Amino acid sequence: MSDAPWDHSPAPATPPSPAPSHSVVTRAPMVEIVGVDKYYGDLHVLQDIDLTVGKGEVVVVLGPSGSGKSTLCRTINRLETFESGSIRIDGQELPEEGKALAQLRADVGMVFQSFNLFAHKTILENVTLGPIRVRKRSKAEADKRATELLERVGVAHQSEKYPAQLSGGQQQRVAIARSLAMDPKVMLFDEPTSALDPEMINEVLDVMVELARSGMTMIVVTHEMGFARRAADRVVFMSDGQIVEAAEPEVFFTHPRSERAKDFLGKILSH
Amino acid sequence: MGELFATYPILAAFGMTLLLTFFAAIGAAVLGTLVAVLRVSPVPLFQKVGALYVNVFRNTPLTLIIIASNIVMIVNLGFSFTEDIARDNVYWAIIGLTVYHAAFVCESLRSGVNTVPVGQAEAARSIGLTFGQSLVQVLLPQAVRGAITPLGNTLIALAKNTTVATAIGVAEISGLQKTMTEDRIDLILPIILVVAAGFVVITLPMGLATSWLSGRLAVKR
Repeated sequence: MSDAPWDHSPAPATPPSPAPSHSVVTRAPMVEIVGVDKYYGDLHVLQDIDLTVGKGEVVVVLGPSGSGKSTLCRTINRLETFESGSIRIDGQELPEEGKALAQLRADVGMVFQSFNLFAHKTILENVTLGPIRVRKRSKAEADKRATELLERVGVAHQSEKYPAQLSGGQQQRVAIARSLAMDPKVMLFDEPTSALDPEMINEVLDVMVELARSGMTMIVVTHEMGFARRAADRVVFMSDGQIVEAAEPEVFFTHPRSERAKDFLGKILSH
Repeated sequence: MGELFATYPILAAFGMTLLLTFFAAIGAAVLGTLVAVLRVSPVPLFQKVGALYVNVFRNTPLTLIIIASNIVMIVNLGFSFTEDIARDNVYWAIIGLTVYHAAFVCESLRSGVNTVPVGQAEAARSIGLTFGQSLVQVLLPQAVRGAITPLGNTLIALAKNTTVATAIGVAEISGLQKTMTEDRIDLILPIILVVAAGFVVITLPMGLATSWLSGRLAVKR
């Protein structure tokens, strides 16, 4: 497993096992989702969702398509509204709209399946827009930090190009840098590798694994089981708008409790 | 032909046409953008106000608007910018042209907004930009690029629609054409050719610039 292409971190100094504690109790909560319900017309897409993600915790959300996992991810920064329940980020209730919501969104990074880089702005401008307009940093300061971040994700030499001139993997890494430039408290990833060609998936996962190891709080909707095994503290399995089970990755992948999770894993791990 | 140019202020009349076009274009761009912002805003009341504006002014004949600006505003309500009646009429003609074409600018921009993928707005919101910042920094710049061709059409229509200002006595080219035709019916063909050529000279570059710009500024996705 340690020969995985994205595993370039030094071996841990401590003995191989046991893994660091995954207990949520020891972490202060960063994201608290309590009793969230959402409907699309008659369709009950999120059903009484409760989920607490601790500071520095990496949670991978798995589930078949249509299970509501992307919707859940998007409700956390209110790109999707919800009918009842509450979501708190770092103890602060998610405002319904307006400037307060914009301020809170600035603290919640989001990486989309389709990258969504600003098509009319250069790579550098994509990364500096938020810091300059929202964080009110000077252009020089924002440029310097953006260049550092672009270096960290390996696309600094492309900073004067436009998004359409980059490969999908490069665009997604820029999108991660754009989110990081806001110094977010938590990062949401909504199927970040699903629109990528297979050979570009690892370059994005590399960046995400590195980010997870740096202590970032992350909620990742993905089908990448390898990433879940390597980087996740907890796997949350969703089906039909409900959280069916949650467990440490190894436990979930080797001993899923629910029939639905067994069925799901059977389908995706068998090939 | 030389006789026409010697006798009548043809260039000055085309100058007035250009002046009306220039200021009404700026006015319509500003007002049309504001109305477009109302129409794409998330507030239902604003959307309704924007839609009402477009439907009233887009569906009203320009001649009616121009004459109303003169008769209703100046004569009935006494709104005058200046004692100089000729200049006052020019001001009101610019306003009439502005409010009419703003409706078309708004709809062109809205068609441009529809070329911007929804993910662009989501990304803008997700980094904490307010609605106004998303609009100014992300949506409108891309919408304008997507709307250059319809905006160019509106500009060309505006240049030609300035001829309606003659209805309230503004000394632009179509008013002069009428005078010239009445005086010199023997020169009817040269008169028509000169006026037609003048408009081609004004509008052709607009069309060429539009095509060039829309190719150059197109947002690559």
